[in-house]
Amino acid sequence: MRAALPVLAVLAAVVVLWYLGAVWLNAQWTIDQAARAGRTVTFWEIVADAMGQRRPLLPPPHQVGAALWEGIAGQPVTSKRSLVYHAVVTVEATFAGFLLGTAIGILLAVGIVYSRVLDLTVMPWAIISQTIPIVALAPMIVVVSNRIGIGDWLGVENRLVSKTIIAAYLSFFPVLVSMVKGLRSPDAMQVDLLATYNATGWQGFWKLRLPASAPYFFASLKVAVAAALVGAIVGELPTGAVDGLGARMLVASQFGQPLLMWAALFAAAAVAGVLILAVAAVERVAGRRMGVRP
Amino acid sequence: MSAEGQRAAGQAAAGQGGPAAAAPVVEAQGVDLTFMTADGPVQALKAVDLTIRKGEFVSFIGPSGCGKTTFLRCVAALERPTGGTLTVNGMSPDAARRARAYGYVFQAAGLYPWRTIAGNVRLPLEIMGYPRAEQAARVARVLELVELAGFERKFPWQLSGGMQQRASIARALAFDADILLMDEPFGALDEIVRDRLNEELLRLWARTGKTTLFVTHSIPEAVYLSTRIVVMSPRPGRITDVIDSPLPRDRPLEIRDSRAFIEIAHRVREGLRAGHGDAV
Repeated sequence: MRAALPVLAVLAAVVVLWYLGAVWLNAQWTIDQAARAGRTVTFWEIVADAMGQRRPLLPPPHQVGAALWEGIAGQPVTSKRSLVYHAVVTVEATFAGFLLGTAIGILLAVGIVYSRVLDLTVMPWAIISQTIPIVALAPMIVVVSNRIGIGDWLGVENRLVSKTIIAAYLSFFPVLVSMVKGLRSPDAMQVDLLATYNATGWQGFWKLRLPASAPYFFASLKVAVAAALVGAIVGELPTGAVDGLGARMLVASQFGQPLLMWAALFAAAAVAGVLILAVAAVERVAGRRMGVRP
Repeated sequence: MSAEGQRAAGQAAAGQGGPAAAAPVVEAQGVDLTFMTADGPVQALKAVDLTIRKGEFVSFIGPSGCGKTTFLRCVAALERPTGGTLTVNGMSPDAARRARAYGYVFQAAGLYPWRTIAGNVRLPLEIMGYPRAEQAARVARVLELVELAGFERKFPWQLSGGMQQRASIARALAFDADILLMDEPFGALDEIVRDRLNEELLRLWARTGKTTLFVTHSIPEAVYLSTRIVVMSPRPGRITDVIDSPLPRDRPLEIRDSRAFIEIAHRVREGLRAGHGDAV
């Protein structure tokens, strides 16, 4: 309860500011309409109107909430108008990209830690890869992966493949950086100890380096899962994709449906929150088994 | 070589010295070690001659930089001498390490924080490929030996510093190496805990008969524990005095007030001072 109080206070402040912003930003439209009709409006009429416009510049929280509720509970989940349906599509690509990106990050980190050649060659490219804006790269990834047709080969949609690649592209990097640091974290004494047992390099990896990297790994997973979600959504923007939260946002903005856009935005935020909580839960279970001080 | 084969080799090597109690375990002749550093060569060890026989408890004492830890690391094949000959159990230190001839206790306990106490003691046994049932039996036995029975499932942070160091000693004893190398194992502990662990270590040594090389910078600790004390001095690291202890094997803590004890301590202190004097 004591912990919840500051959180609730901040939340309340955000809602108040949001309402003020909605009044301020939506007022112009009300004033323009009135001017066109040759009327004048009072302050309270502006406020009342700002709470319920059909295409507000900034919809107030209760309108977004209603649109979100309508999108989640107001339709069968199989409907193309259901946010649950679109969220599932996005989460699929997020998961696939997250798993692929994590695997690539771990493998590259192991390579970098054990091979000097890879250390010198891979790391600069990995860093450069993250400086390219993903929105510039995403359309090319979509076109190329569609042309190659990996999806046909794997028996899944090509759209899913391109989104997965983009999500993996964003999520491998935090895992790579953290795992390199984590795998190098054992100190000289811990390494010497294994030398006194005449342990093989393989044993050094499984019994020392890999477990030592666990805290770094879980810290990076939270970043990686959020990055994968962003990747999946960005992957849905330029593809002419019809499904997914990203596609929903794009369509809503193109057809002047701000309420739908905001609802999709909040749905994406909620999905991100759930994914990060899930990773945190896995981390807690692993931490308990690995003797992390509570 | 399989783990099983390596263990057999280790036992064969241990047997090589024969039943005679006075078989040499560590033999150093003119051992030199020069480190190449950015500031030029640094001579860490110079012409070290020393023979350590089976069952001895030998302490190495001297100021920092005298090469006592470096010598221990040479015996453990963690460093390679640049000159002279050094044999462990009659073979090269590298071969002795491969034969798992020694257990090494470091300055800090160095327990893996993600393993329980039992898991930490089991680590060398897993690496050396002992069967599972034997692992459990050995872990139970050595934890008993260092009086940590009942703490198997605790994680290192749940134990005091002294208990952690006892666990690391148990880890070094778990695989029955007949040499115990200890590098200032109690250096970070307070005096009271150190006294207790010294007593326990002597009892342990009496029970197991392991040849022990013990690095310290505490004069009372060296005199109390050792059958022989090697006094070293720095720049370059070398042996300045080797003192045979006339103290009996059975040593209550009170022995530290006896005349014999004080005389040896005095001689060690003289040796340290002399070593320091001609270095300046």
